[in-house]
Amino acid sequence: MLNPIDLAFKKAKNENRPALLTYTVAGDSTKNQSLIILNAISKHADILELGVPHNTPVADGSQIQTSAYRAIKNGIKIEDIFWIVKKYKKNKNSKPIILMGYYNMIFQYGEKKFLEKCKKVGVNGLIVVDLPWPENKSFIKKCRKKSIYLIQLLSPTTSKERLNKIIRDSHAMNYFISMLSTTGGKLKVSSKKIMSNYFKIKKINPKKNVVIGFGITEKSIKSLKKADGLVVGSAICKEISVSIQKRQNPVTNVANLVKKLKYKIL
Amino acid sequence: MKLKKGIPLIDQGNSLGFWGGKFGGNFVPETLKKPIEDLEILFNKLKKDKKFISERDKYFKNWIGTPTRFIKLENLTNHVGGAQIWSKVVSDANGGAHKIYNATVHCLLAKRSGKKIICGDTGAGYAGKMLSMAAKKFGLKCKIFMGAKDIERQQPNVRAMKKNGAQVIPVYSGSQTLVDAVSECMRFWVANCDTTAMCVGSTVGPAVFVRICGWSTSQISRELKIQLIEEFGYIPKKLKLYNCVGGGSSSFGFWNEFMDYDKKQCEFIGVEAGGPAKSRKHAAPLTYGSKIGILHGAAQYVNQNSDGQIEETESISAGLDYPGISPLHCFLKDTKRARYTAASDEEALRAYKLVTKYEKLRPSLEPSHAFSVAIREAKKMSKNTIVVVNSCGDAYKDKKILRSRLGKKYA
Repeated sequence: MLNPIDLAFKKAKNENRPALLTYTVAGDSTKNQSLIILNAISKHADILELGVPHNTPVADGSQIQTSAYRAIKNGIKIEDIFWIVKKYKKNKNSKPIILMGYYNMIFQYGEKKFLEKCKKVGVNGLIVVDLPWPENKSFIKKCRKKSIYLIQLLSPTTSKERLNKIIRDSHAMNYFISMLSTTGGKLKVSSKKIMSNYFKIKKINPKKNVVIGFGITEKSIKSLKKADGLVVGSAICKEISVSIQKRQNPVTNVANLVKKLKYKIL
Repeated sequence: MKLKKGIPLIDQGNSLGFWGGKFGGNFVPETLKKPIEDLEILFNKLKKDKKFISERDKYFKNWIGTPTRFIKLENLTNHVGGAQIWSKVVSDANGGAHKIYNATVHCLLAKRSGKKIICGDTGAGYAGKMLSMAAKKFGLKCKIFMGAKDIERQQPNVRAMKKNGAQVIPVYSGSQTLVDAVSECMRFWVANCDTTAMCVGSTVGPAVFVRICGWSTSQISRELKIQLIEEFGYIPKKLKLYNCVGGGSSSFGFWNEFMDYDKKQCEFIGVEAGGPAKSRKHAAPLTYGSKIGILHGAAQYVNQNSDGQIEETESISAGLDYPGISPLHCFLKDTKRARYTAASDEEALRAYKLVTKYEKLRPSLEPSHAFSVAIREAKKMSKNTIVVVNSCGDAYKDKKILRSRLGKKYA
């Protein structure tokens, strides 16, 4: 049976466009609101990344940090995150869910117990920012057993030799970090350069889907549309922050933003 | 889990950088894998390179000023009654604290790697001040990340950094202390690792940073070993080495050369920051039995909640105010080579009062924690026991806190 993540890519490919992946922080700004946001963007996005907020995030820029601190301040716990996924998956239009976070949260929960819980509530993939290859080798195997994808991150600093090894051990989806940056940095390299790096990676194993993330906004998304998938995170988190500041409804604003993003890559 | 003899502790980690199979490692974003690997290759090569070592020693001697004094605290010994109390006055070093060793080595490495900018974190401001000094000396641009709360309470060091031409970047996230400064510094490195070298201010962070820092501060125990033999003709039969422990760089450096001695002859006592007596918050993960977790790239004992969120710490001493602890110390604790305990804010202040009353020595709030426990325990020891306390920082930076807590007389 195909992982729903594969189906999502397939569907996008059939429509001759990249898959649109969104990232929002679980519990931002509250447990219920983040669930409502997931439901609202489900129509336009193909895969939903859900951030597990952590209070010492070493790879996140200010927008995602703000969202994460807001969620933690409002009391989000790891069990609440599983609750959000479980509820969301009851939506008949639900999309594949990828949890993205830092390893300590999984380590404290216990790898085995964490994966069992993921399986139970319907998580389809995981991104663990600070558990790189080869440190993640045993965890990859555990994920495979549960049919949950562990998505490997690839960076412009990753050597050719290392790329080969990581991709060899990876599941069917990988994530290319567009540039040297924390999440949400300003795109400091040209789309052309990003795409040329992307195709080098893609060539190693064309069967595996590669998405591009970090620094993608409404402005830049169109220029990267040849990729298998594109992730927008900080721009969405920022939309939530701005909506709260302006006392507007984050749900409608985020849904509109995702709709616009989708329109750009059609 | 066992310590090996004859191999430096910094080199006892496994191929993935874990000491004792579980402390340390490299829990870092993919982007940092390459720069960390590059640094590892460079450091492994240079630490065996005689020319590099003599270059290091030249700067240590002529610029940092080695050796720092090893002195007997006669009056304090007489007052306490019991063991002989000595001090290794590491605050004699250029800049006033042990952080200068690590900063100097990182700048030498940065020069060799061709980087033009160096970034670093700081809590008490010493790591930042020393990095700014070394960066200036070696012609590197310098960026220092410091928690906004620490900037407020350690002004003299902030002024020194700025005077040395460093850019001090205040960090407003989280508890606005050292833990957040380290996170922000790592984030900066993620985005700029092609042009910038990073100096982690203590024996924490990804494995290579733990090793470089430990290698650098070991200068302290190299000197002490020679000084003990000069003084006594041999390494004393009962030697107790007291040191404060925040991240753990000064204590590791103070102990390293004595690692292979039996602990009955040469005991290591690490003193963590217990925080205010009336508060439940502390910065003493080893003393109060914190669980293993991942912080800043390394597995270590760390203050955290059941979800794995890092907990806020509290201590009068900015330099010890860190929720985690070096993987080296976790390893020394679990192998029982070192013993760890804590002193509260109030105990450290009392020790500061006592030391400055009897001696011409002004230990900063960090080593005052170590003095507190050393004085308490020395009372019960025999006269032929040699207690040595590492006075690893000078109290000049603590003026403001000392004045408000103890009055004008002590500031």
